[in-house]
Amino acid sequence: MAERDALEAVVRGEAGLVLAALIARFGDFDLAEDALQDAVQAALERWPKDGVPARPAAWLTVAARRRVVDRLRHAAMRADKADALRTSEELRRAEQASAEDDDVPDERLRLLFTCCHPALAPEARVALTLRTLGGLSTEAVARAFLLPVTTLAKRLERAKGKIRDARIPYRVPPAAEWAERLGSVLAVVYLIFNEGYSATEAEPAARRALCEEAIRLARLLAALAPREGEAHALLALLLLHDARRDARFAADGGFVPLDEQDRKRWRREEIGAGVTALRAAAACAERGPHQVQAAIAAAHVLAPSGAATPWGTIAALYGELEALAPSPVVRVNRAVAVGRARGPEAGLALLAELEPVDGAARLADYQPYHAARADLLRRAGRAAEAAHAYRAALALCRGAPERRFLAGRLAQLEP
Amino acid sequence: MQYALLFYNPPLSQLPEPQRVSVVAEMLEEMRVWLGELERAGVFRSTLRLAPTESATSLRRDGAELIVSDGPFAETKEILGGLAILDCADLDQALAFAKRCPLAKIGTVEVRPEFAAAR
Repeated sequence: MAERDALEAVVRGEAGLVLAALIARFGDFDLAEDALQDAVQAALERWPKDGVPARPAAWLTVAARRRVVDRLRHAAMRADKADALRTSEELRRAEQASAEDDDVPDERLRLLFTCCHPALAPEARVALTLRTLGGLSTEAVARAFLLPVTTLAKRLERAKGKIRDARIPYRVPPAAEWAERLGSVLAVVYLIFNEGYSATEAEPAARRALCEEAIRLARLLAALAPREGEAHALLALLLLHDARRDARFAADGGFVPLDEQDRKRWRREEIGAGVTALRAAAACAERGPHQVQAAIAAAHVLAPSGAATPWGTIAALYGELEALAPSPVVRVNRAVAVGRARGPEAGLALLAELEPVDGAARLADYQPYHAARADLLRRAGRAAEAAHAYRAALALCRGAPERRFLAGRLAQLEP
Repeated sequence: MQYALLFYNPPLSQLPEPQRVSVVAEMLEEMRVWLGELERAGVFRSTLRLAPTESATSLRRDGAELIVSDGPFAETKEILGGLAILDCADLDQALAFAKRCPLAKIGTVEVRPEFAAAR
């Protein structure tokens, strides 16, 4: 059993590379997926007897290509004339491919851009990326997103159908589209991580798998696009968040704010890797929003204690982030940091500026706004107003950890 | 592969009368420049500007009967105002031309590939 697990781990590690090469060669997701599945099956039968080959990816690729040739031969026998012409062309390519040397070209960047194409629905991008470049089964992805397997399978089918029917190209985008398209890839990876990192109802192991996949994808992207600062920055950001995973919740399940977390439970090794990735980002030409976010995360975790958190630096970084990518979330976080650096009234003043911009009605439903306001009012000693804001935040709260935390703070206010 | 670019815009009747003539003339001129680009790139096949939906007639089957009625298929805020057919290598190329279409500034451009037989 342990041996089989070890083999499956090898297969999982290589599958993305092999699948990308097969799709690049044959331009067909389904054909490539079926062939890889057959090859994996063959590997799980052969490797225990013959030993794991020196280059497992090459072995899998050759085996999968053979499967493609077989399948196309069968299809050619059944096909009518019009199809036969196309099939014979594919067959010729497949046979040529098998005759070539065993090197597996790394086509994963192309595949990543195709899976994250803006012409696909965002949830389809996530599903397709996890399915093809991640090592997760459809069942595992469905579990993590709390979706029925059939829903996810349909979503994948529709996405692959659109790639085929609308002819979404399988390529790295040209310079003119590069920035926008890279943004879409980064967003998908971040979305995968956040789904795993948020306290959803999904089982912890399934959520953990998503975080690990996102970090693996971010690492892959940084390796494939080493000159993109934002790729390194995303990796840094994910590692710095992930390093704190054991300290985010108290024994009662309540959420623990960053500066009150037990720093002994942070993973030093991951923080180190995050800082290294952040340095790689800083060495690149551009400084984008992910890099600023990673710098904020680093400022938090590198402080020797919660009390020594450099709030002034963090407030300035949030100011920079707001200039790069303004949003209510960023403003709320900036107000919190300014409140800690220059006093709660200064933070409250920043929050007050949000109202005319975003409209009181929309802010009324925005939970982080009320939670931040409550904290600032509490620190300002305005207990009655703080209690009111905590109640507003609680009413909008979705996750149990957040609810416990807010209820705890509210209880401290009420004698 | 052929792609249809379907232009959905707010109906012209929504524009205030005094501006209508000049706005339409400007748009037609921009469209002429854009169609010229398509021609030079070798992707242009054809285009059609449609009359307002007030002139539309719809045929609908009601049981055994075929009913002719006044009006478009559906009353919507944005109406199908015209279309262009492009022959492009892939969706990215079609999208690149669609993004430059002047009508994308005032409405929605839907890009639809021609039907291809499934394998």
